[in-house]
Amino acid sequence: MSRTERLGFPAAAREALADTQLRRNIGKATQTIRAKRAAVVEELDDWEELREAGRAIKERTLRHLPAYLEQLEASVTAAGGRVHWARDGAEANAIVAGIAEAHDSREIIKVKSLASDEIKFNEAMAARGISAWETDLAELIIQLGDDEQSHILVPAIHRNRAEIRELFQRTLAAEGEQVTDEPAALAELARKHLRRKFLSVPVGVSGANFCVAETGTICVVESEGNGRMCTTLPRVLVTIAGIEKVLPTWGDLEVFLALLPRSSTGERMNPYTSLWSGVTEGDGPEEFHLVLLDNGRSDVLADDFARQTLNCIRCSACLNVCPVYERTGGHAYESVYPGPIGAILTPQLVGLDEAGTLPYASSLCGACYEVCPVKIDIPSVLVHLRGKVVAKKREKRLDPEVAALKTAAFAFSTRGRYERAQKLSRGQKVLGRGRGSVPPPLSAWTGARDLPEVPTQTFREWWRGRANGHGGG
Amino acid sequence: MRISLFITCFNDTLFPRTGQATVELLERLGHEVTFPEEQTCCGQMHFNTGYSDEAAALVRRFVRVFADEEIIVCPSGSCAGMVRDAYPRVAEQAGDDQLANEVAALGSRVFELSELLVDKLEVEDVGAYYPHRVTYHPTCHSLRLLRVGDKPLRLLRAVRGIDLVELEESRECCGFGGTFAVKNPDVSTAMLADKIRHVLDTRAEVCSAADNSCLMHIGGGLARLRTGTRTVHLAEILAATE
Repeated sequence: MSRTERLGFPAAAREALADTQLRRNIGKATQTIRAKRAAVVEELDDWEELREAGRAIKERTLRHLPAYLEQLEASVTAAGGRVHWARDGAEANAIVAGIAEAHDSREIIKVKSLASDEIKFNEAMAARGISAWETDLAELIIQLGDDEQSHILVPAIHRNRAEIRELFQRTLAAEGEQVTDEPAALAELARKHLRRKFLSVPVGVSGANFCVAETGTICVVESEGNGRMCTTLPRVLVTIAGIEKVLPTWGDLEVFLALLPRSSTGERMNPYTSLWSGVTEGDGPEEFHLVLLDNGRSDVLADDFARQTLNCIRCSACLNVCPVYERTGGHAYESVYPGPIGAILTPQLVGLDEAGTLPYASSLCGACYEVCPVKIDIPSVLVHLRGKVVAKKREKRLDPEVAALKTAAFAFSTRGRYERAQKLSRGQKVLGRGRGSVPPPLSAWTGARDLPEVPTQTFREWWRGRANGHGGG
Repeated sequence: MRISLFITCFNDTLFPRTGQATVELLERLGHEVTFPEEQTCCGQMHFNTGYSDEAAALVRRFVRVFADEEIIVCPSGSCAGMVRDAYPRVAEQAGDDQLANEVAALGSRVFELSELLVDKLEVEDVGAYYPHRVTYHPTCHSLRLLRVGDKPLRLLRAVRGIDLVELEESRECCGFGGTFAVKNPDVSTAMLADKIRHVLDTRAEVCSAADNSCLMHIGGGLARLRTGTRTVHLAEILAATE
């Protein structure tokens, strides 16, 4: 499943579209979550005000990010925890591996964490001889299947029950045990496997949904309770958090605990909300580490307009309403961050040379912006990033797209040129009917769609004829 | 009322009938229509594809051409959306304060056709007659940039003889998206396939919208499949009489 070279979105999407089982799985799942979200958002009269509050808090925090991060560090330290700063994934992975090794542990249990997926944590641990076990059920499915996650919230959304039964039969079932596809039976099998890990592994690793600067409190929300076990049973707990996860106060947290579950799972409240500040003697882990991860986020922050990308609270509402995601699924985005948010975040984290096709992986329909709980104007950020892609193209001597759009801009620059171009388009009959009879990029159009014939008279010709008393209607 | 027509380059060249219908409709309602012939393109394609320098030049041109026009109508949701939603950002990117002021003043004078009729001219029954089974695709930019809501449907419901049928999943994008349709043709046509399925489910003779770009995409798919279902711009239905 892992690829070293990126295909780019159009080619990866083409592969995904050919998988009809995938399209059925994703379409069914996203439509279900979409309806649930709409129903619980409808209940709140002040939803728009909540969104605006979420946006305002995030943007204010990002404007003063260094100060809040230092406050967070001081609070965590005062509460008995230790803060580590990681410029990139390699530094973060080395810090966590060092902590595990200091406790002579060759195993780590993990609560679902996108930041750790972003920095390929599991692979880095494996390279140092440490096994990192996923404890979130969907992440476990991904790990056991040597698969890749395809959704922020529901990483195994592309798998159905029958496929999971087959996987568990192969990987978790005891010899001679027959697994059914009953959800309860599948969950029980995973539970047995996970309980053994929870009770024996001394180091737990979590992500963070929010970090409250005033008290040094980490907040993780989840549905299964496995995260709660991961953060309370091991002797040592390490949290890896992107630097944008900080919130100034508990009052700010309140807004997000209202926005997040409704936007993500379509629930009024999520089943498990775990909050801890440093360490407490006789209760939970004896040692707590917070790894603050940059990994490109400072560069995102430096872009005044695209900075709003860091408002994201990883709810995945944008994925669930996206007509592109609904048809391609997450793998086509070739990133742990798929869908509309991935299309703006990934290119900023890994660079446009790597992910330059992603800003174009959208019809700019605006459904994502409409549901975003922190009002990230994803379509506008996509267009902003397209501008950066084009700036790179302009450096090349002969790019056909640049040439075509420059020519068009020239034609539109005066009325005379424009009217001559109109006449030309009619004479050439480039837009004739028939399949495959036109050159690229028009052939991309005629693959599935006919082109209209160019009318013999433009509107303005009709208008002039009418003004002169003939040629009307 | 004196109303200035912003036809859009796309309609001017490929769908002149929409412009003619807009003129006929507004004149029938007793208004004077003018057409500033210096107009070319609003810059939407350049802007949305990432060519903001070229777009900025076209924005400046547009502002100049329509400087003295008090009420401007545009029979395209996405081009009207460009002027209202994106022009301020183009001015901001260009760091041009004067342009920013000009586009701010311009935005409130530009109306998509259904907005002009329902909000400005306060008319829903335009006296049209169209004895056909019609379904309406609301288009993303009309819905989400301009927020026209159900204005087009209110206009259509008042048309005599019409058999207006609801389109399932109507708010879903048809998959056009400008250059998206050629940069990501496979995803674009997968989206189109679902839109066409919903259109055909209505058994409508005509699929209408307030944007010929979406209609060219939907109509291109309908024609390729030889479905017999046509695409007709909202203006043309509203202009039709007995």
